[in-house]
Amino acid sequence: MSTPTHSETTSSIFGRLGLESFPLHEPIIVATFGVVALGGVALLGALTYFRLWGYLWREWFTSVDHKKVGIMYMVLGVVMLLRGFADALMMRGQQAVAFGESQGYLNAHHYDQVFTAHGVIMIFFVAMPLITGIMNYLIPLQIGARDVAFPFLNNFSFWMTAAGAVVIMMSLFVGEFARTGWLAFPPLSGIDFSPDVGVDYYIWALQVAGVGTTLSGINLIATIVKMRAPGMTMMKMPVFCWTSLCSNILIVASFPVLTATLALLSLDRYVGTAFFTNTNGGNPMMYVNLIWIWGHPEVYILILPAFGIFSEIVSTFSGKRLFGYTSMVYATAVITILSYLVWLHHFFTMGSGAAVNSFFGITTMVISIPTGAKIFNWLFTMYRGRIRFELPMMWTVAFMLTFVVGGMTGVLLAVPPADFVLHNSLFLVAHFHNVIIGGVLFGLFAGIQYWWPKAFGFRLHEGLGRASFWLWVVGFVTAFAPLYVLGLMGVTRRLRHFDDPSLQIWFVIAAVGAVLIAGGIAAMLAQFGWSIYKREELRDVTGDPWDGRTLEWSTSSPPPAYNFAFTPVAHELDAFYDMKARGHERPLAGYRPIHMPKNTGTGVILAGLSVAFAFAMVWYIWWLAALSLAAIVGGAIWHSFNYDRDYHIPAVEVARVEGERTRALQGAARPRDPDSPREQDRDVLALAGA
Amino acid sequence: MVRASRLLPLAALPMLAACDWVVMNPAGDVARQQADLIVVSTVLMLLIIVPVMAMTVFFAWRYRAQRKTAATYDPEFDHSTTLELAIWGVPLLIIIALGALTWTSTHLLDPYRPIARIAEGRPVPAGAEPLEVQVVALDWKWLFIYPEQGIATVNELAVPVDRPLRFRLTASSVMNSFYAPALAGQIYAMPGMETKLHAVLNRPGSFEGFSANYSGAGFSDMKFRLHGLDASGFDQWVERVRASGGRMEAGSYLPLARPSEKEPVRRFAAVDPALWDRIVGQCVEPGRPCGGHGHGGHKTEGALQRERHAPAPHMTAPHNSEHAPGVTRPGAPANRNMS
Repeated sequence: MSTPTHSETTSSIFGRLGLESFPLHEPIIVATFGVVALGGVALLGALTYFRLWGYLWREWFTSVDHKKVGIMYMVLGVVMLLRGFADALMMRGQQAVAFGESQGYLNAHHYDQVFTAHGVIMIFFVAMPLITGIMNYLIPLQIGARDVAFPFLNNFSFWMTAAGAVVIMMSLFVGEFARTGWLAFPPLSGIDFSPDVGVDYYIWALQVAGVGTTLSGINLIATIVKMRAPGMTMMKMPVFCWTSLCSNILIVASFPVLTATLALLSLDRYVGTAFFTNTNGGNPMMYVNLIWIWGHPEVYILILPAFGIFSEIVSTFSGKRLFGYTSMVYATAVITILSYLVWLHHFFTMGSGAAVNSFFGITTMVISIPTGAKIFNWLFTMYRGRIRFELPMMWTVAFMLTFVVGGMTGVLLAVPPADFVLHNSLFLVAHFHNVIIGGVLFGLFAGIQYWWPKAFGFRLHEGLGRASFWLWVVGFVTAFAPLYVLGLMGVTRRLRHFDDPSLQIWFVIAAVGAVLIAGGIAAMLAQFGWSIYKREELRDVTGDPWDGRTLEWSTSSPPPAYNFAFTPVAHELDAFYDMKARGHERPLAGYRPIHMPKNTGTGVILAGLSVAFAFAMVWYIWWLAALSLAAIVGGAIWHSFNYDRDYHIPAVEVARVEGERTRALQGAARPRDPDSPREQDRDVLALAGA
Repeated sequence: MVRASRLLPLAALPMLAACDWVVMNPAGDVARQQADLIVVSTVLMLLIIVPVMAMTVFFAWRYRAQRKTAATYDPEFDHSTTLELAIWGVPLLIIIALGALTWTSTHLLDPYRPIARIAEGRPVPAGAEPLEVQVVALDWKWLFIYPEQGIATVNELAVPVDRPLRFRLTASSVMNSFYAPALAGQIYAMPGMETKLHAVLNRPGSFEGFSANYSGAGFSDMKFRLHGLDASGFDQWVERVRASGGRMEAGSYLPLARPSEKEPVRRFAAVDPALWDRIVGQCVEPGRPCGGHGHGGHKTEGALQRERHAPAPHMTAPHNSEHAPGVTRPGAPANRNMS
């Protein structure tokens, strides 16, 4: 094994990193690297040419403004979606062609990395950043606050998540990624069976990103609990804030379990402890239990905020109060608690007794009761409504129709004897994509279409949005319906090659579905691009393009740095709807200086050091690991002595910004639309008041 | 449960019509009951899923804003105790029914529980001993030991039809799941642990079995054939295996346990009766203490204790580009050889 290039000297500098660590003989990876490098150079060149570095650094990277941090999370999620989806296309392509004589175009070494990376990236670096981003953007606006509770921590959390993404992307070109499946079960992920860098990349990418996720969870809980506008009691809080609160409670309670589990796995791998080994008293089953004690709440961490998004949208576009707000809140709370009592349903087939399996099967089914209640609440919100089928509502209806199918197959899998024949099958794969795409992703898309005008001040293009919607929905059904069938034909997952030619047609159909989804993603990106290009035509100056009901619609679009010139006062659920109905007038004078947090580059620096630390740990470059860890700790301590953290926006400045908005609103004042529900309500109220 | 599924032939039709769906149309009684359970549970849930989907479409159409003749619009309608009772109560009732079904079926079909019937209406005759097969998941092939017959096979599992089977399962290195969809649901085979599965095959024929849990590079081809034979056919098969020579013992097990892919069927005429316990105890190698405990000769070593700074063994620069694991040449045999 010893190669002459690895002398003691070079290895003490570079650890196990050598020239052979670069996958130069993998044409697919080299070509990918070429494209990424060209794109990267073009992007960096453009940024330099247009002198945008300073702007980006001052206005975005160092920003502690929750709105900008939220948008950066969303950008990260969309970029990583492209990577994760490229993995999906490669898998669908491989499984569609690798039959009989043909081995397809991916060898096992590459294919096994692809499906592992797909799962890890989609959950940790697509779904999580998008969900965290949307919570970050909205929560302070919905509760009438000026920022989150800990603005610097927020910026730091984002950069740690981004640092995790950087670490995982490095594995594509330097070394390799794990070949273990997305949860890296030992003993396969132990050092005996995975001695290479892949699992180490996995561990450190998740550990670095996990710091960000946990801190962001703490931050948002503190924000929701402590920073609500006067009058907004918990039961007058928008449903999205409720579901976000529960989601963040789940984050804070479950991510430490993930961190500890991965730390124990690292100890096994680095210093030879025996927590999860086959020998010396280790127990791999312990890892399976621990990782699912995190893993099951994780899916509720993702879906609960999506439920909140749908609640806001159904209510707004039906022009009605949400049906059964109280039961919605209790349903959310019940799901939060129950999500901790179901983890074993992921491994009924590992030999637990019948009583244990029945218990976990039934607790899993019980979750479908509050979830079902939520579906009914949305249904009865539509009932006697006046439903406007704008894009967010279209995504919501698509969600309601697809999610119930995913929920049904989920409950089916919760029946242990049924799970014995469907566990790990493509039926299972279809099920969780059905709930994660049909639930989480559709929710995020609905949310993006809904809140984009708030974040940027112009609407998204309708036609391209509809094209994206139909491509996604049709593509999703085409891609995953065949997997349900294949699961019932007894096909298990993660196979790289098949012998039975009769299966091929189903995989080909699924691949066509993946191509349609690719079209949906392209149409959505085109929609973003075209809408930015045509932003003047799509401009919304009212700040309230959908006749919204919650406080974020009461301020301008995009909101000023301070969100609200005056802290709003909530009297009712749907505070802004209530304000509009009572003829609330925007105050035009009496501005006061606003106390705001100051930007800092500390988050970027600490996250950059974390990337160095993770890289050093992966490659056994101990000097760099020690140095960067010391720098992280030192930097954090140093930053804690930085007392120059805040400033005041002068009253004059607030008056100027608000004055501009007043002029914009006057310029845009449209003739009243007597058919609009809001105007009718106002008439009714006016009559009643008179 | 089986009777209930018969009562609902219409709902079951689309699923059962496709007879090549092995999960829905298996050859063993246990898998048969599991398939019936899938149908019954699905029908039970469709009782609520279908109305919900229909209501979604209907409400979306009925209350659309573009309607010419306006439907009732009641923007303040946000509570109804009756509806609330219904939307919590109806799912609750269905889950109670499904929960009861789950409790009974999970106990009846517990893989550790010896089966009570060979098929519907055919109880296991009193005193009938099940055929025991010891299953070892190796990287990446299956070893089957028949202690009663004193024989062993690789990647071939022959069983007599209508005789109860008792599988005892373990693995040599990483986790796998033993699954023959035609026979019964799966159960994991895990190193240092023993799991059990009881089943029966009712139809002669040749069926597919495989690992249903990803276990590394050779996972895709970790398959075995399941042969259902009648009693005399099984005896003849046993005789053929006995005639093939070779003995499954530590000396032949250890080379077999090394990672390899696409292993052909192998047969061993004799078996060391102590081998199974040593495999489960992870002490087939001479001198290793059983039970995975103690430090006798084997110590877990982390990266820090290992020979430092050697390039990771998988690392890609191939010494021999023809046989390197990373070579991307479609169909090249070298692609498959990861060992």
